[in-house]
Amino acid sequence: MTVFIIRRLMQSSLVLLLMSLLVFFGVFAIGDPIEIFIAPDADQAERARAIAALGLDKPIWEQYVMFVVNAVAGDLGRSFVFNIPSIELILQRMPATLELAIVAVALSVVLGVPLGMYAGYKPDGTVAKTIMAGSIFGFSLPSFWVGLMLILIFAVELGWLPSTGRGEVGTFLGIHSSIFTLNGLKHLLLPALNLALFNISLVIRLTRAGMRENLPMDYVKFARAKGLSKRRVILIHVLKNILIPIVTVVGLEIGSVIAFAVVTETIFAWPGMGKLIIDSINNLDRPVIVAYLMIVVLMFIVINLVVDILYSILDPRVRLGDMGK
Amino acid sequence: MNRPTLTALALAAALGFASATDVSAQALTVGVGGNITSMDPHFHNLGPNNGIAQHFFDRLVHMDERQRPTPGLAESWRATDDTTWEIKLRRGVKFHDGSDFTAADVVATFKRVPWVPNSPSSFAAMVRGLDVTVPDPYTLIIKTPAPRPMLPIDLAVVNIVKGSNVEAPTADFNAGKAMIGTGPFKFTGFVPGDRVTMERNDAYWGPKPHWASATVRIMTNASARSAAVLSGDVQIIDQVQTADLPRMRQNQAIGIETITSTRLIYLHLDQERDATPFAFDKATGQPLAKNPLKDKRVREALSKAINREGITRQIFDGQAIPAGGLLPDGMYGVSPNLKPDAFNTQAAQALLRDAGFPNGFKLTIHGPNDRYPEDDKVLQAIGPMFTRAGVETQVVTLPWATFATQSNRPTYAYSLMLVGWGSDTGETSSPLRALLATVNPDAGYGASNRGRYSNAAMDALLSKALQTIDPAAREKLLIEASEVAVRDYGLIPLYYAVNIWALRSNLTYQSRTDEYTLAQFVKPR
Repeated sequence: MTVFIIRRLMQSSLVLLLMSLLVFFGVFAIGDPIEIFIAPDADQAERARAIAALGLDKPIWEQYVMFVVNAVAGDLGRSFVFNIPSIELILQRMPATLELAIVAVALSVVLGVPLGMYAGYKPDGTVAKTIMAGSIFGFSLPSFWVGLMLILIFAVELGWLPSTGRGEVGTFLGIHSSIFTLNGLKHLLLPALNLALFNISLVIRLTRAGMRENLPMDYVKFARAKGLSKRRVILIHVLKNILIPIVTVVGLEIGSVIAFAVVTETIFAWPGMGKLIIDSINNLDRPVIVAYLMIVVLMFIVINLVVDILYSILDPRVRLGDMGK
Repeated sequence: MNRPTLTALALAAALGFASATDVSAQALTVGVGGNITSMDPHFHNLGPNNGIAQHFFDRLVHMDERQRPTPGLAESWRATDDTTWEIKLRRGVKFHDGSDFTAADVVATFKRVPWVPNSPSSFAAMVRGLDVTVPDPYTLIIKTPAPRPMLPIDLAVVNIVKGSNVEAPTADFNAGKAMIGTGPFKFTGFVPGDRVTMERNDAYWGPKPHWASATVRIMTNASARSAAVLSGDVQIIDQVQTADLPRMRQNQAIGIETITSTRLIYLHLDQERDATPFAFDKATGQPLAKNPLKDKRVREALSKAINREGITRQIFDGQAIPAGGLLPDGMYGVSPNLKPDAFNTQAAQALLRDAGFPNGFKLTIHGPNDRYPEDDKVLQAIGPMFTRAGVETQVVTLPWATFATQSNRPTYAYSLMLVGWGSDTGETSSPLRALLATVNPDAGYGASNRGRYSNAAMDALLSKALQTIDPAAREKLLIEASEVAVRDYGLIPLYYAVNIWALRSNLTYQSRTDEYTLAQFVKPR
């Protein structure tokens, strides 16, 4: 297992280096960020001053070497637009996105697994058919439209929930999050639901397929023959077996929900990282784009690692030591 | 993400369901579309940042809602000779920490402005070359190396900070430590990408704000802003998108404020290269050997081929004004003689014939698709108008990040392009100098002259105007310079944008040409 993890980490640092190279030169190729930042009526002397102040007067390869040297020391550069170290800027926004993503993923498991199990257990009932039909809407409706509709119904028309923004932030065990206040939860509910909708449907479908596949299997019959209750067979034995694909998918979805929650964050004016990366791309704010993508790559690497370890716990046949080969 | 039809649908259903707002609560929430990036008033010369700074800081000269200079921290200013200004400061003004405002704070501010590290766009040009002396704590004598009639207007964007913060880094402002100004509100918090909070400065020297506290929320998505004002989560929003207007108008709970802005949307044409990259022969498809845009008759033909009325009516629901000059009528330096060219396809065809293009030519035009409201639609509308006049036109729209860098120096990649210009100074020397003066880095002329238009007569008039202290004489020169440049089609004016605010109907807002949304001017009806 240790060898496996070390090999993983070595591969990852290579990916990180390639990533930084691609993004650095890619953003450089789009154009000169000064043209975007500068006040339009600035004269040429002011433009020259700004170019020098941001270090953009040096050749691109020199800028890149400087970046790598600083990055190794843990400094990914300062945002051109905010004049804040880009890591700090991203970490400032991270809690908002994390709480949104965690609540969304929790919703998708809490709602998706039971609904999916029921739909798989009694596949011909009206309830099961309704669940499955509903799940089709869940992943076929565009999330920006669903978001606008949620705002329209629950905020504008019914007035039950606030339309946009993040609410009050509370503190619990040293963690600052809007999950800990009623006002914060009210603000969180609609965006989290909007973000979760696709994943709920995905989990329902995966769970149902797992149920349908596992129920006729020998171990289920054997367990029943042994005299175990129906309840125990399904909630312990079957559930354990269908969880493997769900863990994989949910793991990867946590990653993409954190990294790409941009549509939901934009519609609900949620001050998270997704909003930050889009603004940074529009501004050609290279330090933030590079730092953000490096963090996202790192996050996916960690998630994959955790998923692999969870695998081996859920299914002892999987041996991590062999996986790198 | 904000497809107009969907928003329309959403808002149509929303009519009449919004809850009322309680004015007596004395807490105001504003939703702004611009992204505020810093609290440091000298860090980034950017509309949203300059707007938020006006809540906390004052300037020597203030701009009123029509961008006319009015007394701020300076009670009066006058030129004692061509290169000397005497500025009398307001007495009895207190900073938020209770200390007195004096000339020393102005001197320190002027020192800090060019110093701010890593600034992507600074205010250094506004205070460049100034020699300031302080005969007494409430008088400033400013010597300039050359006559500088624009000095009061330049100083209207320089926010005065407390002198002891002369070397406070940007981070101190973001954290609030250095947010000590003389403005109508005291700073209480900034969450980047989310909100700025403030409370009333009860010791303010000017009219005090109605609100005991105010929150400015950053909401860059137009549909989200509309939903927030309809549901009453915020009481006023700016940059209302055209598609939401008809429904907002029908809603009793919502009021609308509009004003013609100082933002001109125009076409810039390559008038420098002998062969321009995007003009082609109609028959062969080969690039034309001679740049047709250098011929004034061709430029005039293109201007007459455009149906400005149609564009403003169909695309903007009337919320844009056809333009014939550089700034709307009634502003300083605007010629009353410049009217929008009438839409006349026959006249355009005749002009093209005279210019030696009886069969026209082929042209590719470029513009941004995410910078100005409906910019891509306007360009898509102009394409067929040109084609009807005989210039077979293809339209290419690009994200602003790409377009802005390609269209200006050093590449100057395009032949004809759609761009916008907002005049921060509220008068015509701003567009003349940046867009139409011959490119000259030493003088700071033509920094955004994407067409590289050059006209010696115009240059002479402009530089004379920029050396003339007497306001009446200067205005005459600016009017003349505008007429020369616009009649020569240095650029083709299209329309002036209209600034639109939507607010709860129990409130009023004095709409502003400079697009700022300032909590101190939101009042109960």
